[in-house]
Amino acid sequence: MDGAARKLTQTVAPSPVTGTAPPALASVPQPMPARLTIGLVRRWLALHRGELRALAIGAISLALFLLAWHLLTKYRVTAHVRFVNVPSPEMVLDSLMRVTRDNKFLMHVYLSCRRILIGFAIAATIAVPLGLVMGRFRLVREIVFPVSEVLRPIPAIAWVPMAIMLWPTNEESIIFITFLGSFFPILLNTLHGMTMVDPVLIRAAQCLGAREAAIFREVYFPATLPHVFTGLTVGMGVAWVSLVAAEMISGQFGIGYFTWEAYSLVQYADIALGMICIGVLGLGSSALIRGLGRLAMPWAKK
Amino acid sequence: MTAASAAPVQQGKVTVTDFSLSYDTLEGPVDAVHDASIHVDPGEFISIIGPSGCGKSTLLNAVAGFLKPTRGGVAVDDDPVAGPSADRGMVFQQYSLFPWKTVRENVEFGLKMKGMERSKRETSARTLLGLAGLLAFENQYPDNLSGGMKQRVGIIRALATGPKVLLLDEPFGALDAQTRLIMQQILTNMWQRLKTSVLFVTHDIDEAIFLSDRVYCMTARPGTIKAEVAIPLERPRHQSMMMSSEFLALRRGLMSLIREESLKAIGGEVNDIALQGLDIDLHGRSLADVI
Repeated sequence: MDGAARKLTQTVAPSPVTGTAPPALASVPQPMPARLTIGLVRRWLALHRGELRALAIGAISLALFLLAWHLLTKYRVTAHVRFVNVPSPEMVLDSLMRVTRDNKFLMHVYLSCRRILIGFAIAATIAVPLGLVMGRFRLVREIVFPVSEVLRPIPAIAWVPMAIMLWPTNEESIIFITFLGSFFPILLNTLHGMTMVDPVLIRAAQCLGAREAAIFREVYFPATLPHVFTGLTVGMGVAWVSLVAAEMISGQFGIGYFTWEAYSLVQYADIALGMICIGVLGLGSSALIRGLGRLAMPWAKK
Repeated sequence: MTAASAAPVQQGKVTVTDFSLSYDTLEGPVDAVHDASIHVDPGEFISIIGPSGCGKSTLLNAVAGFLKPTRGGVAVDDDPVAGPSADRGMVFQQYSLFPWKTVRENVEFGLKMKGMERSKRETSARTLLGLAGLLAFENQYPDNLSGGMKQRVGIIRALATGPKVLLLDEPFGALDAQTRLIMQQILTNMWQRLKTSVLFVTHDIDEAIFLSDRVYCMTARPGTIKAEVAIPLERPRHQSMMMSSEFLALRRGLMSLIREESLKAIGGEVNDIALQGLDIDLHGRSLADVI
């Protein structure tokens, strides 16, 4: 997919243009376009071999996982670890079919997503500018850093009792926990990005007449952007971890609550369904951030 | 820029007077550069050569405004240098293009800082890119360019704002020998058109002779100006001149000056007499760099 490889094939083989052209060129004998198309497909396959391979192996690995799950639950394997009560993949699929028809499940998913969105958005809005300013001004860094270093190692889940005391509603305390989870990874990565800015670029900008504000906007910010996106990706992961923990403890809704409730109600298939749902949502939100990163940084090589 | 090529330039005079720069150690202040005086007349091409660590880059950074002299003064057109500005364009050894800007946006940067409107700066940038043979790459990101191309963009980016002086800090040091020769030719051609004053730092003797009107030769720590050598080779210059007896005589002269300093720079470890027995061709580089 990288630009250099694509460019190379364009210069080496000019045929893709003619190969995809409709058979409007009537004078050309019929078999020619077909042969060119086959050649094109073959070249495309050769170019994307690595990705196709990864895709195939990924699919096989997932299938093997499902097969192992199926077999372990079908024969109710008990070898210290007990699969007796573990739902089989078929049961989870049934559960999914049943649950998607009822609004309650979708409500759980919607509320979790909303909490993530709000908590994460607030964290990003505060942590990114704070990290940039901390990286630029030593005094701010010296003031904020000790506090953040003390608070950072506290797991979000340990904040649950405090959050319940701090905030008037459950909803707010869950959002607060989600916010806390994503805040520190974003802050620290942004700060780290600021310290990694190549000083020669700053000097180059100064020699071209850039002043403080322009240097911040044109050099520090874009130079730090890759690290900001690393922070956002990590922060999103931690946000889900924190959210689910908070929902399990103090929630009434949400996918974490759904999973915990399923255990209490002895609906074992729903436990696995909730887990898979959390996994898929986490994966999706990470992919979303990666996509945004690619849009925001067209210069970065994939 | 257009004004510069129309009328002969009468600006771009650089004067460095009794420049010293020291840094503090536990034993007290140590001079990195000591009482160095150089001058660049408007439109002149001047090189500074010397062994590694002699303070030639320090001197250049002081002219750029990144370093303040401990003693002495730096002035451009009799205005003391207070800090970096677009008056003095700089090209660094490390490629210093902004990776998030396209080639054209990089060249436009200085003009944007000047507040020039978009369409105007686009036209200027394109003219310069055409001059450097890089118009086809205007929308590429720097990562897609070769080292030589990056440095050409670096040079025209520094020239785009029409600086009084162009400062170059070993700009071709990271390039292979062939590319380096081509870049030297391109730089000479550009300079002949624009007639901007140039202060060029290098440790490559051939490069210094080929490009310059005058060459300053610096001593090892503390850096002082050891010699000033005029290069009377006629212009325009071509690579073929590097084999002329005149060029080779200049080369021999500068070589022996540098050699002495390089040996001093690496300390008493290597004995000059022992080295004379060996037939080492340093390719114009200082011994300290080779070892």
